[in-house]
Amino acid sequence: MAKESGKYPIKHLIGFLLSIVLTLLSVWAALGSDLPVIWIIAAIMLLAVIQAGIQLFMFMHMVETKGVGHAPWNMMFHSFVVATIIVSGSLFTMSFGFTHDHDGEGNHQHEEQQEMQKDHSGH
Amino acid sequence: MSENQLNAGPLEYRTHEGQMNITGFWIFLAAEIALFATLFATYAVLFGRTADAPSPGELFQPGIVLVMTFLLLTSSFTCGVAIHNMREGTVKGLITWLIITIVLGLAFLGFEIYEFVHYSHEGATMQSSSYWSAFYVLAGTHGVHVTLGIGWVILLLIQLKQRGLTAVTSNKVFIVSLYWHFLDVIWIFIFTSVYLIGMVV
Repeated sequence: MAKESGKYPIKHLIGFLLSIVLTLLSVWAALGSDLPVIWIIAAIMLLAVIQAGIQLFMFMHMVETKGVGHAPWNMMFHSFVVATIIVSGSLFTMSFGFTHDHDGEGNHQHEEQQEMQKDHSGH
Repeated sequence: MSENQLNAGPLEYRTHEGQMNITGFWIFLAAEIALFATLFATYAVLFGRTADAPSPGELFQPGIVLVMTFLLLTSSFTCGVAIHNMREGTVKGLITWLIITIVLGLAFLGFEIYEFVHYSHEGATMQSSSYWSAFYVLAGTHGVHVTLGIGWVILLLIQLKQRGLTAVTSNKVFIVSLYWHFLDVIWIFIFTSVYLIGMVV
């Protein structure tokens, strides 16, 4: 990987075209397809990871080890692991098992109101 | 680090200091990824909690988001071409492609500012709900990074004009290119997990 061959940046061109295709593919998956929502999310997240890989390997010269050793690869791999843990861990601890819409607590509010009324009539 | 290793390969890797700068910048990028991961986590946890404000599905428009994505994607590509030119040794090509890159970056910023103003007119401000504050902090932090990147590239263009391509300036330009590509990596995830999922769910 010491030399990029030729005057024409062919590798960048391939990476650019691939990124456009992947972007359009994920837009189609999200807005044009009839897949179930959970499959859409899984598919477009996978497409995003692939596209990030294209940036890292084809644009950011991540495979160049001259003088920098394996630092680029180490940094990107481990920060990706850290990012995955932060996001999925937060979702796991904060969101799972809870309902957001507070529909389940409609009764509760009702009771509170009744109690307030009782208080009023008591006085 | 042997001596002969320093005499071959791209100019930006020729000095020991240059190599250390590039290594250090990769460490910085790893820290940036951790920073954005916390913002993504906040956004994901607060997803759907829009209170009385409009929902993202009502406000997000596929057209404008796609234009922003292609602008940033293309600017990442032109930045790569700029580095290709630098390695060929053509300063003129490098400067031209860098200018194209920052023009595309400015266009991206313009669309993002328009988008934010539009949303806040529709009632989705940073104060309106926890969802929208998470949205503005995440997208806004990325926007601030793009702004910084544009300023950084402009400063380097001035240096390139004054000093030409040396081991020092090529090292700086290479590092700013890493930063610019990294901004596109973050945007890919904002585009997917904020805009696309916001329009689907």
